[in-house]
Amino acid sequence: MSDSIRNLVSVRDLHVSFRLGKHKIAEAVRGISFDVPENSTVALVGESGSGKSVSAMAIVQLLPENAIVGPTSRIEFDGRNVLTASDSELRAIRGNDISVVFQEPMTSLNPVFTVGWQIAEVLKLHTDLTGRALNDRIIQLLNEVGIPEPKARVDAYPHELSGGQQQRVMIAMAIACEPKLLIADEPTTALDVTVQRQILELIAGLQTKHRMSVLFISHDLGLVGEIADHVVVMREGTVRESGPVDQIFGAPQDAYTKALLLCRPRLDVKPRRLPVIDDFMRNQGVAQIVLQSRQSRPQEGTPLVEAKGLRKEYRLKTGLFEHKTIEAVKEASFNLYPGRTLGVVGESGSGKTTVGMMLMRLTPATKGQVFYNGVDLLTLSDRQMMEYRRKIQIIFQNPYASLNPRFTVGQILTEPMKIHSIGASDQERFSLAVALARRVGLDDDSVHKYPHEFSGGQRQRIAIARCLSMKPDVLICDESVSALDVSVQATVLNLLLDLQDEFGMTYIFISHDLAVVKYMADDMLVMNQGAIVERGNADAIYAAPQNEYTQKLMNAIPRGYAGPSASLQALAASET
Amino acid sequence: MNSITSVESIRVPPEPTRSRGVWVTAWRRLKSDRVGVVSLAIVVAFALLVLLSFVGLVAGDWQKEVAVPDAPPTFMGPQAVQTGTDPLANVVSKDAKPVDLTDIDPLAPKYEEWKARAAKIQIADTPRADTLPFGADRLGRDVLDKAIKGAEVSIFVGLFAALLATVIGTILGALSGYIGGKVGDFLEWVYNVFTSIPDILLIFAFAAVLGRGITTVILILGLVGWTGMYRLVRAEYIKHHNREYVRAAEAIGTSHLSRMFVHILPNVSHVVLVRMSLYVVGFIKAEVILSFLGLGVPVDQVSWGTMLSEAQAELVLGHWWQLAAATIFMATFVTAFSLFTDALRDALDPKLR
Repeated sequence: MSDSIRNLVSVRDLHVSFRLGKHKIAEAVRGISFDVPENSTVALVGESGSGKSVSAMAIVQLLPENAIVGPTSRIEFDGRNVLTASDSELRAIRGNDISVVFQEPMTSLNPVFTVGWQIAEVLKLHTDLTGRALNDRIIQLLNEVGIPEPKARVDAYPHELSGGQQQRVMIAMAIACEPKLLIADEPTTALDVTVQRQILELIAGLQTKHRMSVLFISHDLGLVGEIADHVVVMREGTVRESGPVDQIFGAPQDAYTKALLLCRPRLDVKPRRLPVIDDFMRNQGVAQIVLQSRQSRPQEGTPLVEAKGLRKEYRLKTGLFEHKTIEAVKEASFNLYPGRTLGVVGESGSGKTTVGMMLMRLTPATKGQVFYNGVDLLTLSDRQMMEYRRKIQIIFQNPYASLNPRFTVGQILTEPMKIHSIGASDQERFSLAVALARRVGLDDDSVHKYPHEFSGGQRQRIAIARCLSMKPDVLICDESVSALDVSVQATVLNLLLDLQDEFGMTYIFISHDLAVVKYMADDMLVMNQGAIVERGNADAIYAAPQNEYTQKLMNAIPRGYAGPSASLQALAASET
Repeated sequence: MNSITSVESIRVPPEPTRSRGVWVTAWRRLKSDRVGVVSLAIVVAFALLVLLSFVGLVAGDWQKEVAVPDAPPTFMGPQAVQTGTDPLANVVSKDAKPVDLTDIDPLAPKYEEWKARAAKIQIADTPRADTLPFGADRLGRDVLDKAIKGAEVSIFVGLFAALLATVIGTILGALSGYIGGKVGDFLEWVYNVFTSIPDILLIFAFAAVLGRGITTVILILGLVGWTGMYRLVRAEYIKHHNREYVRAAEAIGTSHLSRMFVHILPNVSHVVLVRMSLYVVGFIKAEVILSFLGLGVPVDQVSWGTMLSEAQAELVLGHWWQLAAATIFMATFVTAFSLFTDALRDALDPKLR
């Protein structure tokens, strides 16, 4: 990209702070500068809290009311200073020249209006189209974003569309006025892998077709590599590194960029420990850790848990006497061997979570048996089950929702011990809780705090500590790292591996993220629409997927920067 | 293998001073809220007043006629009625000498005797005040004392009726929302029956059965008023029932009761508290209506409600002070109480700091 190309957006020395309470001010963005050239894709990459979304929203002036933009900041769009523009000027820019696609299509669309109506609203605001012409344009747009049968879908309500289709509608609304700049704020994070791929391709296609600029915000550097021309890496409100995509991926200069590139689990190597940001920031010998391969425990002896013909049906009433049966899980049989990890992959709605829930009896199974050391758990009474309850534990996906906000961490950790009479006295239980908190890497102080005082990764550690307090044999990780940033993900995965080594636990690792499952799992199940379509050794499946659906999943994994990808290994080697 | 058992050996001396409970932290947060502290002070002052009047230290003799009837508040000066309203003043000439009737009066000889006898009788004529700080009612009772005594009854009724309604509404709402299914359907049916009957009819029905008295008023208001709380709590429980933290609690083996009242209840307590403060306010007002209809507190007692209904007749004559006293007391307490529950809700919420 040469310098002669005009910059569509240029951000200079942007400062954004948030007023919290009367006297508190939190600085979110501390003087960043970047450009978005015409007809190109720029990616803003960083962890949550790095200020990437705030920076992008400052361009359209869609900041929350308590935001203060610094006096020295300048944002120029197409030669105009956005920060001094009047409200009416801004309204003309928004939607017309700049449009935004948000992360959650389910909440960005208004559920009480048809998609056609919602697209029409944008067009009416910014164009003179009416009647037939308007209708034709809507259908043309829906067609362009790849919605099948656009004529029929015009009158559909958002809930009648799948998540991917909803996001397509959002994109249709965004490109309706042929904007010069499209801001995509984590547009694929809430979507399944296969859908994520389609949406990425759609955005890339639209970008070239309409010759517009795209500002793509993501926490996933791997994803960005496929779509961006320029990458801006942000951390804690500052730009760590920015440059053309070849440079960022080929020869990253900043330690943080290197860390982001390497801390994501990769498909080709299976190190004992994932590198984490701290390693890089402290400049430790990374390569050494990366190349040391992980040995899993061999499959031996009798299976610890044996699931046979698990089935879950939901009955939906469709009339007074009629009902429809929905099969969430058709038939699931598998064995868990002690000390090994069973990965379960599949897209949303495949029934993978239901399987985990049925194992723990959190969801009653319609049919089937679960043998734990030969005892069928599903036939036990609630009282008999108590004894086994602590043997199988679960870590949920959302660490923000799975901890009771009214309990201190100490209470959260001692409650299960009280229930299962672990520890002789409250004092003993309390000291156990402190030891557990320490074991998962939290401060001693943390037992007195409430969950909201912790970050996502720390909360997931609390959830892990809660499970550990019962000394379980089997730990079900239900999308346990999916809600976390890539770098935090690495630290939690490392902790899980350490704990497995230490306590010899057996894991069921449920995730839609194939790279993570690949890294964690010894054995694997692939689920699609309630059925297990492929099973076997994880490495073998990744090397040569047999089932058509599995192949589709594998192809959808973000491959990262398509160019000198092999240089990742070279990068690791060059560190030594 | 470094198992948890070895972790046990790392004994950490627990620091009891640092492990603060929910209420200690809540108190600390409440202290930093100026509105909360002021409203708490007012509520506490009222509570003290109620307590003192209950044991008889304050306003014990509210029924004594300490002033002239309808004595105005002090700042207005004594009643103008005292001067110049003698209807005979203009008819009888002041200069005319009284006619001596001694000669023809057959009772004349007895006068001396009666005078002597009358002198022997001691009439303790207590001096009636012309004015009182807050004025007097039509019987000459101190309005301030009445308002204080009335506070005792009104706050007692308001608080306990609200408590009763809250307990009934919360327990039924929790059961209905958490268990759902047949139990939920049954409770919904009960709720519908209660709400389909007009409140006033229900109140009459209960009053007819239970007779008159403060306990009756509390029971009536509690039994009629729980439906609003039930509805709110039920909705909250349905929402929270499937939250992951409740799922997580189930996973570690907590009982249903523990999940309902240890895990979920603190998370919906803000709804309960706010609704309860509205109940207190509403029930204090409802007591007024009940007293007005003759179903409230007995005649030998006083509440803000009876004061307000008395004030109606007095207002026509321009005697506004009883109304003012009852209103000021009620408004102060009700406002302070709402603000206090609001502050309490904020203080109890660990997410707001």
